[in-house]
Amino acid sequence: MTSVRVAEILSAVWADSPDGSGLPALLVRACARALPVSGVGLALMTEKGPAGTVAATDGAALELEELQFTLGEGPCVDASQSGRPVLQPDLAATAPRLWPAFASGALAAGVAAVFAVPLRVGAIRVGVLDLYRDSPGALDLADLTEALSYADAATQLLLHLQTLATADAAPLESLSVIDDRAEVHQATGIVSVQAGIGLAEALVLLRARAYAEQRPIGEVARDVVHGTVDLAENGDVR
Amino acid sequence: MAREQRLAQVFVELADTLVEEFDVVEFLQTLTERAIELVDTDAAGLMLDNQRGRLQLVAYTDESTRLLELFELQNREGPCLDCFGTGLIIPNIDLADARSRWPVFADAALGLGFSTVHAVPLRLRRQVIGALNLFAVDHSPLSDDHLAVVQGLADVATIGLLHERAVRDQVILAEQLQAALNSRILIEQAKGVLSARAGIDVAAAFQLMRSHARRSGESLTTIAEAVVSGSLGAADLQPADTP
Repeated sequence: MTSVRVAEILSAVWADSPDGSGLPALLVRACARALPVSGVGLALMTEKGPAGTVAATDGAALELEELQFTLGEGPCVDASQSGRPVLQPDLAATAPRLWPAFASGALAAGVAAVFAVPLRVGAIRVGVLDLYRDSPGALDLADLTEALSYADAATQLLLHLQTLATADAAPLESLSVIDDRAEVHQATGIVSVQAGIGLAEALVLLRARAYAEQRPIGEVARDVVHGTVDLAENGDVR
Repeated sequence: MAREQRLAQVFVELADTLVEEFDVVEFLQTLTERAIELVDTDAAGLMLDNQRGRLQLVAYTDESTRLLELFELQNREGPCLDCFGTGLIIPNIDLADARSRWPVFADAALGLGFSTVHAVPLRLRRQVIGALNLFAVDHSPLSDDHLAVVQGLADVATIGLLHERAVRDQVILAEQLQAALNSRILIEQAKGVLSARAGIDVAAAFQLMRSHARRSGESLTTIAEAVVSGSLGAADLQPADTP
């Protein structure tokens, strides 16, 4: 049930880092190699806006992320808010009108085209994957499709890292694609209400619980949906 | 009502939903429900390819169909997958005779009380972008007319997906399908939020959201966003006193 391409990307990144360190940096580097772009950046996003840079292949990619973090405007911010990719093949022609402050900084940093792909799980804003080019030009359909696969892989990676930060002594055996059957998302909603937390934290809590108990997340989610377990109480209801 | 008249009504209804701000999930949901009504079947599910090697369930008429479709995806066998793989319609399959073809799927479907299954491809020129599964409790086969109606509905689904893609420029099919699948995730999250807030099960939560979407004329995705953000509470979704 996993997306073949996304699984391939994740396992290739994992193979380069058996101890699990520096995975985001490896992912953006692999993405920049796979596509006709100059560099790639990965930023965390929340409902409030950019929340920090996770990885960047080079100085201009880093500048791209930092600008949007500082200014709170730009293609990545718009992509995260709308949930749709923002494709700007010629920044000089379009950006000054759309994001005046961002445009001058980005162009000065040598960024001529930006392709921002939102990383979302339903209503959860996980982050944005930003691809840039130092000369104007669009990505073709095959490239965009590949960029979407890298975005999916980046989403899995960020969720994985957030889960590791939460779960105690979580196993680091592999990077698997998230089980995204309906129960997992329903349970995310239920846990967010039960524990009085946001959906993003609820999903991490659910995943951390599955890791800690060494059970598939789908099973834990089913228990939550059927009301046999309440993660907010950290114990069984019945 | 005569079936022809109802058929015309359904196509008008579906065409009406294809306005600028239409909601893909709601559109496909309505389509699965009308499909079982028009050809006298009992359940339906619709799967889409995310263009990157993965089929995902986007609409289904009830919980048992959802489980069955997930079962099919998980075990990598069943009529929907074969239909998707070949691009050909797979009509009138007697599940009792299909045990050798799809052992796990056939048993699961029989176990849920179904005896017949049909699968119809969502085709875009030579590309197959998904499949529609229909399940029936009784054994009466679908006539050629019925099958034409189901294929027509599947074609309308394809047109709807393309239409949504066309109204947003520079958007590729893979992105369009990803957005549709993400809307589905959002709706599942909202079902969970609402069920926990209102103390009801997720199926009842879905019904509340849908009827509210109908009454208010807003899309299911918009309602789900409002539920998740907390701007729409359980009490707001209860229907007003009916006259």
